[in-house]
Amino acid sequence: MNQPAQMTISNEVAIEIDTMNKWYGTFHVLRDIDLTVYRGERIVICGPSGSGKSTLIRCINALEEHQAGRITVDGTVLSSDLKNIDKIRSEVGMVFQHFNLFPHLTILENCTLAPIWVRKTPRKEAEETAMHFLEKVKIPEQADKYPGQLSGGQQQRVAIARSLCMRPRIMLFDEPTSALDPEMISEVLDTMIELAEEGMTMLCVTHEMGFARKVANRVIFMDAGQIVEQNEPEEFFNNPKSDRTKLFLSQILGH
Amino acid sequence: MSGTHAHTAAFVRTSEIPPSLPPQNEGGVGRWMRENLFSGPINSILTLIALFFVIRLLIFVVPWIYSGVWTADSLSGCRAVLEGARGACFSVLTDRWHQLLFGSAYPHDATFLSFMTGVPVEDLRFTSGVRENTNFFQEFFFGYWRPVLAFILLFVAIAPILYQDLPRKMMIFTGLYPFVAFWFVWGGSIWLPITLLIGLGLAYMLYSNLAKQSFFMGVLAFLGVVIILFLNPITMVFGLLDFLRDLIAAMGWERGDNSMMLADRFQGAASIFPLNAHVVEFLSSIIPIELQSVASRDIGGFMLNMILGTVCVSLSLPLGIALALGRQSNLPVIKWVCVVFIEFIRGVPLITLLFVANVVLAYFLPPGTNFDLILRVIIMITLFAAAYIAEVIRGGLAALPRGQYEAADSLGLDYAQSMRLIILPQALKISIPGIVNVAVGLFKDTTLVSIISMYDLIGLIRGPVLASTDWNGVYWELFSFAALLFFVICYGISQYSQWLERKLQTGHR
Repeated sequence: MNQPAQMTISNEVAIEIDTMNKWYGTFHVLRDIDLTVYRGERIVICGPSGSGKSTLIRCINALEEHQAGRITVDGTVLSSDLKNIDKIRSEVGMVFQHFNLFPHLTILENCTLAPIWVRKTPRKEAEETAMHFLEKVKIPEQADKYPGQLSGGQQQRVAIARSLCMRPRIMLFDEPTSALDPEMISEVLDTMIELAEEGMTMLCVTHEMGFARKVANRVIFMDAGQIVEQNEPEEFFNNPKSDRTKLFLSQILGH
Repeated sequence: MSGTHAHTAAFVRTSEIPPSLPPQNEGGVGRWMRENLFSGPINSILTLIALFFVIRLLIFVVPWIYSGVWTADSLSGCRAVLEGARGACFSVLTDRWHQLLFGSAYPHDATFLSFMTGVPVEDLRFTSGVRENTNFFQEFFFGYWRPVLAFILLFVAIAPILYQDLPRKMMIFTGLYPFVAFWFVWGGSIWLPITLLIGLGLAYMLYSNLAKQSFFMGVLAFLGVVIILFLNPITMVFGLLDFLRDLIAAMGWERGDNSMMLADRFQGAASIFPLNAHVVEFLSSIIPIELQSVASRDIGGFMLNMILGTVCVSLSLPLGIALALGRQSNLPVIKWVCVVFIEFIRGVPLITLLFVANVVLAYFLPPGTNFDLILRVIIMITLFAAAYIAEVIRGGLAALPRGQYEAADSLGLDYAQSMRLIILPQALKISIPGIVNVAVGLFKDTTLVSIISMYDLIGLIRGPVLASTDWNGVYWELFSFAALLFFVICYGISQYSQWLERKLQTGHR
């Protein structure tokens, strides 16, 4: 694999998914998913709507339950044990399409809540960490405002900072730019690119193909609950193998 | 259209349009009236009709109040003063105010009144409404200082709950208040509330130590200590056995041997168990600090409505939250217990529950247990209100987007944390109007206890006051007074809730 020099991928496995299956009632949403993510990898998952890509990453931190197969995160096998699930969730950050900031708390409180209550970090230290990450996403001056007073792009950057405050080893992004106005997409993508350059392990469901080309070291194409194709971005975009991928790419890159 | 660029589409703005003030409103009363009262022919007619009725009402009521008699000693006295003219007989209020506020038999502290006013006790003979040589305020604040002080302290106690900006240390007093108020209103030895407080403290320490190992064990230990403190567990168990035996005997399965009831036989052993009674007795014999003890049946008037209202609202809110969360639970047992409870309570009139508290419960309780009637009524009203509050809060929980639950989960917060920090603050905020609705309704429903012959404000008016020969027939004045008292409290609650809603508004969502 040809990687930009500063992005190193270790041989250490971050996430391992082994023949995972999931049903919604009788509907088979995820079929025989096999996926190994190495530490430092940046994976973009794309595919038509309803293909199960969001469900896949939501299974990784047990927001959705899988019925068959095995998911190992950071060496811990995901089971129905609540302690186990809470442990994995505190190691895995997640960013949602609709931000899901807590509207009754200020930006700073949004960022310090989990470190204080889950990690038992002293308040002062948690606030320093929060300010550090708010500076990183370039909105420290908004710390005392409420989410409702911020623009969509700012809210999403706060959501990223909120996840980072837990010092996660893996970040999951579930269509982080899909609910944003076009002019706000780039500010969020810039934050994500910066994060990628620091070597964060990232799984990202997105339709931002420019981002995929620039940052991803692997692109996964899903359709009908299955992984149809995965490859390095150059190969994936320039030389897709399956017909389904070709059709999808022609549709989203058509205009 | 004119100008040289009329048919070209291209346009480039070269200068910014400066912001300007909005058009000036034409102010004044005239404009307001035109918009709100006379905006069209139908509205104008409606305004005039409404005005007609308002004026008729005022013409009827104002002179009645204005020429009211305040100093007569009976209805016939009022009539004598009025000499056939229309006028209210407010004398009933000045004569019976202490009864309406505190109940017929609530003790009057003549010693303290005498101490504060300097009038010897023997000169404090009771006349109409107040004692000789005193005035209303002295009588109210010194003669009835116990309930009045409890009432004033109530505001100190709830202030830090209502206003989050007040220092958190005030919550210590809030925690102590139930015991303080209990002692003031019911009297008796001060050691009773103190030992109960210490007992609860011990129970909590036991709980917090055990809960580290097992939450379930902790709760069990807590409940155990509370039961030993407050109830008489051994007598209750044997009383239940007696009851079952009687039941079996009544069904003809076995001849009941009633020579001696089990509960009686074990009375001696049982009375050792609620250590509290003995401890209180012992401590009182060393340091006797006590107020004149008041039996629950002597507590009445508006004070009874206030006690029932405040206690039941403050107990039913946490219970309602627990029921609402239980109804959402993934564990079928918890969920169905909550559903059945809520649906049952909501399907039964409050009156029925009060009758159960008054009459039916007595059959189930072992002989010799003295389970206070006010306590029984408090339990029933609390359960009733909790079912309604649970449904209101369930609405609030349902209104939260799923994303809030997911965000809390994805940060690794456990169930208790995500509920306490994320979900409930938002759900309760949405539920404020509904909760206040239930609280106000509950407060007014406390007057229903008059049906089971408790002398609350309404019970007193309908009973002792209207039945007396002096005041038989004074309806309007008494019930207007009752309405006024309730209105002041309910309107206060409503205004507070609106203020709270505005305060909790954090941006648009």
